[in-house]
Amino acid sequence: MSAVFVAVLVLLGLGLVFGILLGYSSIRFKVEGNPLVDQVDSLLPQTQCGQCGHPGCRPYAEAIVNADEAINKCPPGGQSTVEALADLLDVEALPLDAESEAEPIKKVAYIREDECIGCTKCIQACPVDAILGAAKQMHTVITSECTGCDLCVEPCPVDCIDMLPLETTLNNWQWPAPKPGIELIATDRQPSIALEVKG
Amino acid sequence: MKNTIRVHQFHGGIHPPENKKQSTGAPISLAPIPSRIVLPLQQHIGLPADPVVRVGQRVLKGQLVAEAIGRISANIHASISGTVVAIEPHPVPHMSGMKADCLIIESDGKDEWIEHQGLADYTKLPTQALIEYIRQSGIAGMGGAGFPTDVKLHLGDDHIVNTLIINAAECEPYITADDMLMRERADEIMGGIEIIAHLLKPLHIMVGIEDNKPQAIRALHAAMDNSALNLDIVITPTKYPSGGEKQLIKLLTGVEVPSGSIPADVGIVCQNVGTTSAIYRAVTHGEPLISRIITVTGQAAAHKQNYEVRLGTPLADLLNHSAVERQQLQRLIIGGPMMGITVTDEQIPVIKTTNCLIAGSIKEMPPQPPAQACIRCGMCEQVCPAELLPQQLYWFAKGKEFDKARHHNLFDCIECGACSYVCPSNIPLVQYYRFAKAEIRKEDDEQRKADHARQRFEARLARLERDKIEKEERRKQRAIDAAAAQAAKKDAALNQAPTASVSAAPEAGTPDLKQLKSNAAIARTKLKKAEKALNNAQDKGLDGIDTLKETLKQLQLKSAQAEKAYSDAQNAPAKAAAPVLDLKQLKSNAAIARTKLKKAEKQLANATASGEGDISALTAQVSLLQDKNIAAEKAYKAAESGPSNAAAAPIDTTELEADIAALQAKVDKATSAWQAAVASASPAADKMAAGVEKLTTKLKGLQDELSQARAALPASSATVDTTELEADIAALQGKVDKANSAWQAAVASASPAADKMAAGVEKLTTKLKGLQDELSQARAALPASSTTVDTTELEADIAALQGKVDKANGAWQAAVASASPAADKMAAGVEKLTTKLKGLQDELTQAKSRSEAAMPAAAPATAAPDLKALKQQVSIMRTKLKKAEKQLTELPEGADNAALMAEIDSLKARHDAAKALWDAAEADKIAAAAAQGVDLKQLKIDAAMARAAVTKAERALSKAEDDQPALEAELVTIRAQADKLNATLERFSD
Repeated sequence: MSAVFVAVLVLLGLGLVFGILLGYSSIRFKVEGNPLVDQVDSLLPQTQCGQCGHPGCRPYAEAIVNADEAINKCPPGGQSTVEALADLLDVEALPLDAESEAEPIKKVAYIREDECIGCTKCIQACPVDAILGAAKQMHTVITSECTGCDLCVEPCPVDCIDMLPLETTLNNWQWPAPKPGIELIATDRQPSIALEVKG
Repeated sequence: MKNTIRVHQFHGGIHPPENKKQSTGAPISLAPIPSRIVLPLQQHIGLPADPVVRVGQRVLKGQLVAEAIGRISANIHASISGTVVAIEPHPVPHMSGMKADCLIIESDGKDEWIEHQGLADYTKLPTQALIEYIRQSGIAGMGGAGFPTDVKLHLGDDHIVNTLIINAAECEPYITADDMLMRERADEIMGGIEIIAHLLKPLHIMVGIEDNKPQAIRALHAAMDNSALNLDIVITPTKYPSGGEKQLIKLLTGVEVPSGSIPADVGIVCQNVGTTSAIYRAVTHGEPLISRIITVTGQAAAHKQNYEVRLGTPLADLLNHSAVERQQLQRLIIGGPMMGITVTDEQIPVIKTTNCLIAGSIKEMPPQPPAQACIRCGMCEQVCPAELLPQQLYWFAKGKEFDKARHHNLFDCIECGACSYVCPSNIPLVQYYRFAKAEIRKEDDEQRKADHARQRFEARLARLERDKIEKEERRKQRAIDAAAAQAAKKDAALNQAPTASVSAAPEAGTPDLKQLKSNAAIARTKLKKAEKALNNAQDKGLDGIDTLKETLKQLQLKSAQAEKAYSDAQNAPAKAAAPVLDLKQLKSNAAIARTKLKKAEKQLANATASGEGDISALTAQVSLLQDKNIAAEKAYKAAESGPSNAAAAPIDTTELEADIAALQAKVDKATSAWQAAVASASPAADKMAAGVEKLTTKLKGLQDELSQARAALPASSATVDTTELEADIAALQGKVDKANSAWQAAVASASPAADKMAAGVEKLTTKLKGLQDELSQARAALPASSTTVDTTELEADIAALQGKVDKANGAWQAAVASASPAADKMAAGVEKLTTKLKGLQDELTQAKSRSEAAMPAAAPATAAPDLKALKQQVSIMRTKLKKAEKQLTELPEGADNAALMAEIDSLKARHDAAKALWDAAEADKIAAAAAQGVDLKQLKIDAAMARAAVTKAERALSKAEDDQPALEAELVTIRAQADKLNATLERFSD
């Protein structure tokens, strides 16, 4: 009988100890906010373009984590972003939800400066303050800061903003992927052998 | 020739056919001086150099033409004398085959050196100065990578350099440039080594050389054996790629340079033999790097040998000089066959890193056979000098699993090509690694950019938020400030009089006087009590009358003393310091005296009527009081006329005003009482009327006083004055209105008091007029600067008056309609008001003309607002005119409408004048704008808009082919419009 008592007491004691331990650590090591949002946000391209239907990359990251938003709504990130997100969230990678090409071309805004009337509308639209100018003064884009988000094109009253593909220079040129050679197998290389074998 | 040092081993390596013998048959010869050189601004690792010459400038051989920017960069010098003909994009030796900015110099055939001189004794120069000197000569690693040499020489600053390794391995097939250099210029190499050793102070120097260059080894020994330096020539077995930096270090020292670090981290610095020679020439002869030794070889070249070639020489020149058979030429390679790059453009120039040019025939450079599937033979792993897993990397690169490739140390790959060389499936493995590296770099770059963009985005959001908060705070602050200002204004208005009087009052005099007064009052009370007791005693015939009489006498004496002291005190300080207070005091004294007198008189009258009491005593008292009263009034008047000097005047006026207001209130009360009496047909009405008149007279007197005081005020306080006057006028106006309405009510009820009331109203109106006159006078006296404010005030007055006139008119019409007898009088009143209105309007126009004169002809800058004002005026005039006309039509037949007609006429005239003025102003503005080109901007914007419309239409057109004709028509019209606008713009731009 006493053995049962001892067992019950030991179990109770263990439960108490672990309960206290867990309770303490849940307070001591409490994580502020959802770290997953940060991780998702860091995978997004930060163009802040709003093409996903959210006002910026972080809101989209929050929607993905908290509201089960689809992960394939980031055209600037392309398929590689979708895959990275799928990898992180352990969900199935979806094909990119965009009508354009699979891998987007990097573009930057360019203002045709002699047509600019200095209305500052594009400056207000730019999410990363990459447009320089003042009222009634010609504006220009700081190319190195432009994320190519397209948001400045629509507000321009005189349509003087073009989205141009980033120019390739010696500095940003990169080796192309090797063309996959015609990887023949032996029978293909010598059709006669194949025929012989068949025949 | 034996090594004194043990040679270590590195993993892998291959033994391709050397093909070096072909080009070592002939000594180094000078290539012909090119007629035109092309100097790429980037011939090294790091930032491109910045041109310091301009097109058309003549330059000499060795002259600096482009300057290093930043730490990792190198100077570029002209290698011939001649003229800079262009700075433009030109094909350069690069894997991409793209163009880059180049300096192009046309030779003048003279090959004239710029003045140059070496250092006599470089050991005397400080280390930093010597390195700077070497930096100036633009030396970059000549082995192939082109890393700026001065940066490597600075490694001694923050690293402990134990070992200096001179790379003489030259392991790649075909290339013999270093071999020939060592054979012929070993002394220069030795000199260079000494300089580097002087700068880096290594404990040990090793020259690593492959055993396939026996002649070079002999030459080096000859040059170095007598050296004082701790120097060893280490002969290594021939194996590709033993010339790789990390591989050579492993060979010579057995030390492996950790992944991601540089040799200096393990105390080793490597230099190429070509670089040492260049350093020697720069330091001892002062020659910058303008030429280098290049091997021209390959089966297509007739003369396979080494040339000393000026940098910038086009490859075509070199190929021609070596008699390269173009028919045979299959592939032109810059560098070695393993790591070199294939070029197609013969205009590409020789640069600092060009060590070999292979003109390969189809036999020696067959086209790459098609790649086959990887059979996982593992030969690539066996030959990899970096001990990587090439096959694994290949799979990762092919599957774009770049993260995994990175984790398999892809970046340690030196792209030597050994794996591709041994691959039985002919897979271009190095290309896969290069692609994977580029992709990873791109990803990293994008990540960096994304982080940067995020920072900027967050900063922007923070800024917007801050702006919002600041705006809100500013708004709140403004509201608080405005409220405070309002409160301060009110307080100031309220406090002005009291504070002024308080500060003006004598501080000592007030309490003293009060004390004295109360003393006197006490004494008087006691005296009265005593008198009463005495009377009682006398009446009842009690004893002790004598003692009582005695006491009374004493009391009387005391009382008299107290009163005297009080009056003395009162008179004394009043003259000296407190005329204001005194005046008041005196006035109240006089009033008290008067009241007392009246009371006494009443008592006397009562007594006389009832025929009882001590009439004679009363009479005496009355006469005494009368005397006192007269004295008090005299004193008051004297005081009043005396001290009302300039300084006290403003305070005076406020007090007067207060008095007037009080009196006014009394008058009002009296008037209303009188009216009530009249209404109830009370017999006392007449007396009351007299009282009212008396009060009114007094009021007038006070007002006169006030106006006098005001006239005496200094000019500076004129503005304040006018505002006060205005307030008065407004108050009076209100009263007039009230009186008017009362009168009308009376007229309506056919009360007999109506006439009198009318008189009262008229009186009030007169007063109002007087005040208004005063106001206008005060305004006329105002400085010119405040005329604008004046006019607005006048306008407001006029508007108010207009309202009144309208009201009066309405009342009059009502009266006329009800055939009231008062209608005539009303008409007169209305006319009066109208006259007043006209007067004010005249004043307004005068003021306006004055203000216009003050602002001559409305300067161009203020033209726009002026125009606006004019426009407003015109519209106001129009409205007024319409109203007046409406009134006229509404009037009954035969009524007296002459005044109205006159008014309408005047209004019309003014309206026309204003309109003319406005039109003129507008015409002026347009003309001026056209003349000054202000319109240009508008035109420009219009043109831009039109242009945008054109582009939009064009876009729409391209999209919708169906509606072509309609859209085309639209496009044509828009284009025409745009053209027209452009034409106009151009016309004006001239």
